[in-house]
Amino acid sequence: MSKTADAVRIPSGVSTEKWLQMYRRMQMIRLFEEQVNELYTRALMPGLAHLYVGEEAVAVGICEALRNDDYITSTHRGHGHCLAKGAAPDRMFAELLGKEAGYCRGKGGSMHIADPATGNLGANAIVAGSAGIATGAAFSAKHAGKAQVAVCFFGEGALGQGVVYEVMNLAALWKLPVIYACENNFYTEYTHFKETTAGDVLARGEAFGVPSESVDGQDVRAVYAVASRLVDRARSGGGPSFLVCETYRYTGHHVGDINREYYRSKQEELEWKTKRDPIQLLSNWLIHEKIADERALTSIESEVRAEMQTAVDFAIAASYPKPEEAEQDVYA
Amino acid sequence: MPEVAVRELTFAQAVKEALAEEMRRDSRVCILGEDVAEAGTPFKVLSGLVEEFGKERVIDTPISEAGFTGVGVGAAMTGMRPVIDIMFGDFLTLVMDQIVNQAAKVHYMSGGKWKVPMVLRTTLGATRRSAAQHSQSLHAWLSHVPGLKVVMPSTPYDAKGLLKSAIRDDNPVVFFEDKMMYRQKGPVPEEEYTIPLGVADIKRVGKDISLVATSSMVEVALAAAILLEKEGISAEVIDPRTTWPLDEKTLVESAKKTSKAIVIDEGYGRYGVTGELASVISEGAFYSLEAPVKRMGAMHVPIPFSPPLEDVTVPTGQTVYEAARAMCRKN
Repeated sequence: MSKTADAVRIPSGVSTEKWLQMYRRMQMIRLFEEQVNELYTRALMPGLAHLYVGEEAVAVGICEALRNDDYITSTHRGHGHCLAKGAAPDRMFAELLGKEAGYCRGKGGSMHIADPATGNLGANAIVAGSAGIATGAAFSAKHAGKAQVAVCFFGEGALGQGVVYEVMNLAALWKLPVIYACENNFYTEYTHFKETTAGDVLARGEAFGVPSESVDGQDVRAVYAVASRLVDRARSGGGPSFLVCETYRYTGHHVGDINREYYRSKQEELEWKTKRDPIQLLSNWLIHEKIADERALTSIESEVRAEMQTAVDFAIAASYPKPEEAEQDVYA
Repeated sequence: MPEVAVRELTFAQAVKEALAEEMRRDSRVCILGEDVAEAGTPFKVLSGLVEEFGKERVIDTPISEAGFTGVGVGAAMTGMRPVIDIMFGDFLTLVMDQIVNQAAKVHYMSGGKWKVPMVLRTTLGATRRSAAQHSQSLHAWLSHVPGLKVVMPSTPYDAKGLLKSAIRDDNPVVFFEDKMMYRQKGPVPEEEYTIPLGVADIKRVGKDISLVATSSMVEVALAAAILLEKEGISAEVIDPRTTWPLDEKTLVESAKKTSKAIVIDEGYGRYGVTGELASVISEGAFYSLEAPVKRMGAMHVPIPFSPPLEDVTVPTGQTVYEAARAMCRKN
């Protein structure tokens, strides 16, 4: 059942509007994260900031294949997933700054954004922490018969956690509509995944009879094509699948991870940024195929840039929660 | 005594009846666990449920405690009301991330947006000759964590009423059953009732000393009270029934009335439930107390296998009686 992305599969029948939507969403993530970096380095953002820059095509390619009422779970590096699933940047920034107007009223922060309105079950700061939750959402979806699908995003570091395989086994036994989407950015914090991962990763899913494949995670067209197929499969009762998206984290594990040469070279980073940039790859193709011209794409970028600035301004001006709110929401 | 005999059920039957009633009432309630369906669990608590509700709702899982508990958390967030069966309380170690980092925190971290209406049933209690990995009482760990509720019934009546409330609660609730109590009988009325979480029960009224006991230790405290009565000491036995929410008022009022208190719980004494209950009583009734609140819990050792070794690790009616008599200065 295993397939590798030996050829770029460009999905057919995708409207211009949909392609531009993907371009816009990827720009949103890129420019959102630029603002996060700025907020963090200006010491306006407390805590930690794990940027998704470089991985945009994974979240967008998969979430564009989902319905609004489908579920996702996310990770500590989760801003991209939340935005791709439809979260509003202003309320996300507000959450990152610990403001009352944030998605979690300031109680979750960058690593815990959750939003029932867009099916976002929450970002999780325990590596593989949401594997059970995503599988449980698929369990509910099957029980309720609403043909919803759940996507569990996790980094390749989660391949070291046993619970991933426990729930894959359950999902296969019960034919649950869940997609385990592994973002392999090659570095488990500061350690190359080859040092932490034995054997063939796809074989891990195949061992449970779960269809497993890998895709070029820098090519949103390919990610969208494979995600659409796996989502349709799950929605029509075909059960779980395991998708490994090969991608790259342009920045450090978190914003403060600046000196990275002890674990990866600047040359390697440069090659990904210049030759494999997901936004550049899509825009080149859109222009080449005459789906959009440069002016249209630049105009989208400017709109998104302005939207992000407005959203940041909103978050900076927003108020903090009152201290007495610390004791609220512990119990429903 | 009423003229018409009240129906009696075993503790196990009471638990099963609560589950059956709630499953009839609400199609979102389902059970996930190891050997819960045809086997009805090794303790036979769930026998018959799969016949009534089918394998879609009484679901045998692999031996993957973390996995199926995590599935329970996600299912609870998205519309189900799962009851997770963790066969032995000792196996809680395997589900701690799902319970502590996920279930307990989802509501808070999401600013109150997602809820986790899940019950995790498990067991506690020693003296079953099951040795160190099947005998622990680890409820203190979970009582420590904000976002969880922890229930510890001591009678069939309480087990049924509290479990029904736990299933209807919108929060994750951990429900501890003393495995030695499953075959004990007690009155359980036929008619529907629930018991709210967070309300202590006075199991025996007394005036000289308060014995505050949980789960398996309630019976021990009641046995001690009978021995004490023969010496003219009137013991009041208070069962908090839930360690969280905790009915602090009833504990404190009893201690104020009797001016002496012993707290008895089958968990380890050190950093355990007894410490918390004793502290609540000391802070609330300090000026009424004639003596420091005494704590009695499991001996601070892994539970040993050999019967004469295991038997001395947990409080008994005799040891509680002796401690209470000493406190009342009658020795």
